[in-house]
Amino acid sequence: MMEVFWNVILVLLSTGLVGAFIRLARGPHLPDRVISLDLISILAMGFIVAYAVRFNQPAFLDVAIILAIISFLGTVAFAYYLERRI
Amino acid sequence: MLRELLVMFLMLAGAFFMFLAGIGLLRMPDLFLRMSSTAKAGTLGAGLILLGAAVHFNNFGVSTRSLAIIFFLLLTAPVAAHMIGRAAYFDGVPLWHGTVQDDLRGHYRSSTHTLEVEPLPESETPEIVAEGAPSEDEAELDR
Repeated sequence: MMEVFWNVILVLLSTGLVGAFIRLARGPHLPDRVISLDLISILAMGFIVAYAVRFNQPAFLDVAIILAIISFLGTVAFAYYLERRI
Repeated sequence: MLRELLVMFLMLAGAFFMFLAGIGLLRMPDLFLRMSSTAKAGTLGAGLILLGAAVHFNNFGVSTRSLAIIFFLLLTAPVAAHMIGRAAYFDGVPLWHGTVQDDLRGHYRSSTHTLEVEPLPESETPEIVAEGAPSEDEAELDR
């Protein structure tokens, strides 16, 4: 029962990740790639938290904090670069 | 038992919203619609998964940490999405051909990167080409 539950969660997250990766490879403009990178880091955060709950390891949550901060700073840096580029 | 069910429900809902964010990013027709799906569905999904973790661990230190991440995400995701959307609009990313209204059009001076209250003359507004102009079949469907 629990195995099925975790498999469903991981399959849902992985499908979202595949969609984001396809958009990252295809994305016609640079901002498309930036937002797909943003979504990929948020999805990675979801994976990490799901694993923290599954293996009962609260220490993994620290990684999620760092990932959230890094993804925000990366997106802001990309936006700054995009606006100054033109 | 009840707590386990609550954790399962929260994590399943969060994973489902993240799945929707990924599909929306893949399927939406232009950048701004894609951005609305990642910024809102992605944040809601991550927040629900973190809320599930907070309920699961049921420990003051750990739950506070995951609530802090939720707070941080709710604070930063709209800011990041706004900055990217602003930069993309100024960069001239095309809108979807079905876009009804573009309030910024004619009010943005591209030479100085400022917004004007008065509409600019036509010569200073950049031409933005609609993305994915409808083919014959889609034009039939739209009518």
